[in-house]
Amino acid sequence: MSLHKFIQQALSPWHLKGGPDSDIVMSSRIRYARNLNRYSFPTVAGSEELQNVLNQAKTNVMPHEYGDVGRLSMLEMSDLKNIEKRVLMEKQLISPNLAGSEKSSAVLLSDEENISLMVNEEDHFRLQCLFPGFQLTEALAAANQMDDILENHLEYAYDEEKGYLTSCPTNVGTGMRASVMMHLPALIMSGRMNTIISAINQLGIAVRGIYGEGSEAQGNVFQVSNQLTLGKSEEDIVDDLQSVVYELIQKEREMRGAMLDTSRVQLEDRVWRSYGILSHSRVIQSAEAASCLSDVRLGIDLGFIDGLSQSILSEVMILMQPGFLQQYANEALEPKERDIRRATLIRERVKLEKI
Amino acid sequence: MECEVCHQRSATVHFTQIINHEKWEKHLCEVCAQEREDQPSQGHHQGYTIQDLLSGIFGYGQDAFAFHKQKQHVTSNEPLCPKCNMTYARFLKTGKFGCAQCYDTFKDRLDPVLRRVHAGNTTHKGKIPKRAGQELNVKRQITELKTAIHELIDKEEFEKAAVLRDEIRSLQGKLKEGDQ
Repeated sequence: MSLHKFIQQALSPWHLKGGPDSDIVMSSRIRYARNLNRYSFPTVAGSEELQNVLNQAKTNVMPHEYGDVGRLSMLEMSDLKNIEKRVLMEKQLISPNLAGSEKSSAVLLSDEENISLMVNEEDHFRLQCLFPGFQLTEALAAANQMDDILENHLEYAYDEEKGYLTSCPTNVGTGMRASVMMHLPALIMSGRMNTIISAINQLGIAVRGIYGEGSEAQGNVFQVSNQLTLGKSEEDIVDDLQSVVYELIQKEREMRGAMLDTSRVQLEDRVWRSYGILSHSRVIQSAEAASCLSDVRLGIDLGFIDGLSQSILSEVMILMQPGFLQQYANEALEPKERDIRRATLIRERVKLEKI
Repeated sequence: MECEVCHQRSATVHFTQIINHEKWEKHLCEVCAQEREDQPSQGHHQGYTIQDLLSGIFGYGQDAFAFHKQKQHVTSNEPLCPKCNMTYARFLKTGKFGCAQCYDTFKDRLDPVLRRVHAGNTTHKGKIPKRAGQELNVKRQITELKTAIHELIDKEEFEKAAVLRDEIRSLQGKLKEGDQ
């Protein structure tokens, strides 16, 4: 499998399958942090130890078949250009931390790109399983299947009392971070989001904007995840998170319904204006593009707009980031130049599925 | 307002983070903000870090983006991890342990930190790895047998003790096989 394939398409193959509740939950993810017993953690390890961990990935992880996932392709960070790393990061196949690292680090990817195994990130191994829509339970099953096979070939750092040992104590125990990406435009428009976030935080669940900073999420896309990793089983953590997500789905749907009842025309107007901007603008910054994309996606989910695929928000959000824009342009671009390219790219993408 | 990075141009890009009801702000000029955006390892919201939390516990004043250099008092009886040379002071500064053995080295100080981070929990109740789990069971059996042998020797029941000794040997043989 070539690098070319992984960085050419903005949307990973797994994304196109669709899933339950995908009008609100865009994707579900389970991440396991795992370390090897024998070596220091990557944050302090010397170059020889890091190389040893990478060699373990080559000899003990690479050659095996992983059930229906099949084989994994390995991309070493030292072989990649900065722009290529950036593209992998924008697709969320690697973390910003890994994209910034030079020494003995790598990522192993499945063909569908639903499995990503980072080597020498903050922990020796970071396994990530992604599913479309709201499928946390399925993602957990897939992560466990992968983890069991990996554990057959690697000596994990595990302690009876503290569980899977991680570089940062915030991950110790299960080493698991379960998260979903949610599109919550109606809750944002209603002005109730901040109250809801505070209430959810009390339950040990974190909510943050995925593309923006802090609480101001770009494109109204939020990541909802567990904070606690110790003292509860993986299944219980996922259950607790799921009930919060259900609650959020419920509230978002109610709010969408209420808006349709009270101000349908205004809502339609907003959606179509945004559609107009995306179809016709010649210069657009990412914040404006994200907010218009969110409106259009809502319009698709509410049935105002036919003939545009639901995944347009996820896809264009990835496509319009600096790495992808420059990858397509095949050159480094100034911010002003990017805004022009971004507008062109979005126009073409919308035209592709002409209504 | 001047840019916090270059201190030359005026700040036009403002980042706001709410961490634990506390507001962190960062003000940059367009050029420095762009640079943050261009570096894949930076400019991304890293979420709530353990440094924020530890500094909260121990009252180290620091902001979310840069550490103030703190004078650490490292006393001579400060435990040092024999495997990776991590000290507790350094752990407090970075919020990260250096290796699996750190969990043992700093065992006495770990639980208060874990309780803070994991809602009062200090004990893992989740998955047990299959292979390592078997090993743990065998090790636990060996420990129990050794205790039993000492008791039998105290009672001068040497024959029974010899039986247990043979059991331990066969278990230890199993562990060795697992290593290969």
